[in-house]
Amino acid sequence: MSTGTNGHRVAIVAGCRTPFCKSGTDLKDFTAVALARYATVELLHRSNLDGEQVDQMYFGQVVASPLAPNLAREVSLLPQFPRTIPAATVNRACASANTAIAEGHDQIAQGHARVVIAGGAESLSDIPILHSRRFADALIAASKARSLVARLRVLAGVRARDLIPVTPAIAEPSTGETMGQSAEKMAKVNGIGREAQDRFALRSHRLAQAGTEDGRLTAEIAPVYLPNGDAVMRDNGIRVDTSLERLAALKPAFDRHYGSVTAGNASPLTDGASAVLLMSEEAAQALGYAPIAFVRSYAVTAVDPADQLLMGPAYAVPLALERAGITWADLGLVEMHEAFASQVLSNVQAFESPQWAAEHLGRSEPVARVDWDTLNVMGGSIAIGHPFGATGGRLTLTLANEMQRHDAQFGLISVCAQGGMGFAMVLERR
Amino acid sequence: MGAFTVTAADGIARVVLDLPGEPVNKITRAVREELAAVLDRLRRDDGVRAVVLLSGKADTFIAGADIDEFVALRSQAEAQDLVRAGQALIGQLGALGKPVVAAIRGACLGGGLETALACAYRIAADHPKTTVGLPEIQLGIIPAAGGCQRLPRLIGLGAALDIILAGKALPASRAYRAGIVDELVHPAVLERAATEAARRLAGGWRPRRRGRGLVGLLLDHTAPGRAFALRLARRQVMRQTRGHYPAPLAALRAVAHGLAHGIEPGLDMEAALFAELAVGEVSRNLVRLFFATTELKKDPGVEGDVPAPRAVKSLGVVGAGFMGAAIAGVAVSQARVDVRLRDTDDGRVGKGLAAARGMLNERLRRRRITRYEHRQLDALVSGGTGWDGFARAEVVIEAVFEDLELKRDIFQQIAAAVRDDCLLASNTSTIPIAQIGAAVRHPERVLGMHFFSPVDRMPLLEVIVSEQTAPWATVTAVAFGRHMGKTVIVVRDRPGFWVNRILAPYLNEAGRLLQEGVKVETLDATMVRFGFPVGPITLLDEVGLDVAVKSSHVLHDAFGERLAPMAGLQRLVETGRLGRKNGRGFYRYEHGQRRGVDPAVYGLCGAALTSDVPPEDVEGRMVFALLNEAARALDDGVVRSARDGDVGAVFGIGYPPFRGGPLRYVDEMGPAAAVEWLARLAERYGPRFTPAPVLERMAQAGTSFHQSPER
Repeated sequence: MSTGTNGHRVAIVAGCRTPFCKSGTDLKDFTAVALARYATVELLHRSNLDGEQVDQMYFGQVVASPLAPNLAREVSLLPQFPRTIPAATVNRACASANTAIAEGHDQIAQGHARVVIAGGAESLSDIPILHSRRFADALIAASKARSLVARLRVLAGVRARDLIPVTPAIAEPSTGETMGQSAEKMAKVNGIGREAQDRFALRSHRLAQAGTEDGRLTAEIAPVYLPNGDAVMRDNGIRVDTSLERLAALKPAFDRHYGSVTAGNASPLTDGASAVLLMSEEAAQALGYAPIAFVRSYAVTAVDPADQLLMGPAYAVPLALERAGITWADLGLVEMHEAFASQVLSNVQAFESPQWAAEHLGRSEPVARVDWDTLNVMGGSIAIGHPFGATGGRLTLTLANEMQRHDAQFGLISVCAQGGMGFAMVLERR
Repeated sequence: MGAFTVTAADGIARVVLDLPGEPVNKITRAVREELAAVLDRLRRDDGVRAVVLLSGKADTFIAGADIDEFVALRSQAEAQDLVRAGQALIGQLGALGKPVVAAIRGACLGGGLETALACAYRIAADHPKTTVGLPEIQLGIIPAAGGCQRLPRLIGLGAALDIILAGKALPASRAYRAGIVDELVHPAVLERAATEAARRLAGGWRPRRRGRGLVGLLLDHTAPGRAFALRLARRQVMRQTRGHYPAPLAALRAVAHGLAHGIEPGLDMEAALFAELAVGEVSRNLVRLFFATTELKKDPGVEGDVPAPRAVKSLGVVGAGFMGAAIAGVAVSQARVDVRLRDTDDGRVGKGLAAARGMLNERLRRRRITRYEHRQLDALVSGGTGWDGFARAEVVIEAVFEDLELKRDIFQQIAAAVRDDCLLASNTSTIPIAQIGAAVRHPERVLGMHFFSPVDRMPLLEVIVSEQTAPWATVTAVAFGRHMGKTVIVVRDRPGFWVNRILAPYLNEAGRLLQEGVKVETLDATMVRFGFPVGPITLLDEVGLDVAVKSSHVLHDAFGERLAPMAGLQRLVETGRLGRKNGRGFYRYEHGQRRGVDPAVYGLCGAALTSDVPPEDVEGRMVFALLNEAARALDDGVVRSARDGDVGAVFGIGYPPFRGGPLRYVDEMGPAAAVEWLARLAERYGPRFTPAPVLERMAQAGTSFHQSPER
């Protein structure tokens, strides 16, 4: 089989993740660094890897802690590894772990590394809460003041409202639009109705539930044993009891009158981490590993955030397929990140639209005819949850494992990300 | 070639001690004589205004006095001469008339610290190898080169007593906080800092030392204050030693005398007390144990061709119960290896991991490790219900329920998950290793690692080797056990191994005495008086009655009537008395606190109402049951030497250290006397006391278990 790269072929050898838990629940006492370290230690044991073999690490994280801004380095300083593994943390919003994996891929393809651990982590239970700009300025000025009086004078200028803490919002810094508002806008512009969104959300829960029960989904999960001895075994956002009626009863979150995006058809704020073991094909063979899948190609794109913010995949997917030298029809499986049901359905609409292909890609044929039986076969981020930095690792793992189970030759990952970006990667089995 | 190198520049003499041909600096006769000459020259050299004292060894400043000189002492007079020589030299250092700065990097212990205390100023290198302390108490003697005088004057009475009485070495940072050293600097600038301090001191600078506050002043500088502090300390010493150890009391006297009458009378007192202790039996036995454990630390565990122990980076522990979790916790906190804990369900794994992590949290809380070390160690603990990670392990320790079939089954599962050269150890206390080993391919890598509970506190590890066990496996287990902080003895694969073998007849005898009407409290008090940390009945409750029953049956089956278990124990277990672990044993427990003897146990054991066993026989029967079995087991080759046997008894069952161990005890009384005792007991109480043949042989030949009375 030909490869999409010019250099060494890159194998996905193993991977695992923590359970994905709604923020403020089971994993709330873990920092993102702790979660990433947990997943990585588990990966070492599951793959029986000697830490000495690892050349580099890349991890994704979106809301970084100011106390440990390079999460990946904290992971590569785990005692199971030599202290000499360079590591970088990358941020491409919801495609951060994908970007980490792509970066690891490039380093291997170019021959700069043989073995890379890539993944991502997020704790939305442990986000930095900031002081207001005015209060922060006053504190800095006070710390530089030479006398007690001068210090007091600086602090006396602080007003009560300056003391209100600032929490980072999940909003587009360039436009101020929140992700939810963007999803709402897309639903309206693309005519994605409430019921279609709710149906998609229900599908996500049902499929994730099935994957949990038959063990396919839990196979990639490393239980997290809490300090009190309890074991967190599963993703806790998957709703067994939900139904179309229940979903329909939820109030729109971003537009009370004409809105259709609800807490039920959007992905929840989530804590979790994922880690994937990448090797050059040669290294995998030398170390005695049987790859689950290989990276065939990938692509990243961006659109104007002021336009339809989460339409990135509609551009990235055709590009990745083109680079892979295949078409959508060749795909046995597709893993699409589900930020919002309206975003998935908007992108699918674009994939299937000849008009969209003509206008935006200058193509006569649409990108895809989507076979729903091959898309997100174990559900997606709406049910499983979405720790921003970690989701890409889950998508890669799930796709690779399912490709093995279905013996699918090609599989696709598609992710939308803040900033109008899209990420897509094509995996191949042989 | 001399031990000292003296150079001088700018009026500052630099005196470097580097004892040739020795790994550490210690104060030998030659060192004393040479230093005396060096000091004399420095005193007379007008070009020298101050002195810096340094070590040429990387890891020691001065580790202490030469223990061989001490061991060779034959009389109090000799001991007096030795200690006077040391006092004179250190006095000479203090009275040089020129300031001396001690630049301390590495161990500064015993006579080494006493030397430093006589200096005008002490600077320590902030380095893990820098330790400061007065360990003399541990050897049954007292600091007698002024340590009992100068330390209280430097840091206050209370703090000094803590250091002298515990005999523990402090890390540099704590020595600095305690005020023993004046400055703590990076090792790279130690010499420069010392030289600068020497120059300042020569210029008339006087270091300012922290005050001790009003309370400290009252305690140290008034007679009632001192009396109060000393009374408290004495009470604590008595509580801890029950009067078995004279050295801590002697140290208190030396300190008190010096504070009341001045340094010179204090030194006289130190010398007199030291001489008395140095040739006393308690110190002799503690020194012998010190040598025994020191030798054991270097003993690879096999004779002849000794293979190198294999490096262990990753450990698998099978069974996340109480023992498994504790083994995992100790392996992480002491040996700092990657540990994978495996059990069959997630609840048990979770509890086990939490217990292992709890040990790390406890070490963090006690500041034994830093927050950063804790984070790293914590990441070494993981687990699950599968065999993930076992292929990475160099060693696997099994700690599942004591059942041969279960263990054989588990060993087959382990063998399928690990590499062919992975060492497989069972933490069994009763099951023959050879039978477990027969279940797997490569039985030569199978042995026993018998830990004692609680694993984090019990210092002994028995490494059990069967006929099949390969030397590489033995040396690897011994080295790894040592990394786990354990004192390791290699024991042959015979029923009960060593510790349980000698413990069983002792506990059985306690049970018999109970049946014959001796009260539980009397039995316990008798053996505590003998010097055990707890009596036999308390020990049974701690070990667990079910565990004891199991072990006693194994030994009964193997050795017959001699090791017949006490009849009542089985009944106690049947009535749900398992010991402290379930709150019901011979004693009753409420909320973990002991609440007196459960009177029902006498009835359950069929005990007589009153006893006619004379008190000396109560002690004698229990002690000689143990001694006799120890003699037999050593003769059987269960342990490799009397040294290992004694160390095993002291660290495994708390045999009184001041008695040197059961085999040393027999040596000291003489095998003939032991035979005589046993023969009388056998006549009176039954053939189980028939003297072990080896004792008879030794009595006739006039030999002893230990080759040397000194080591």
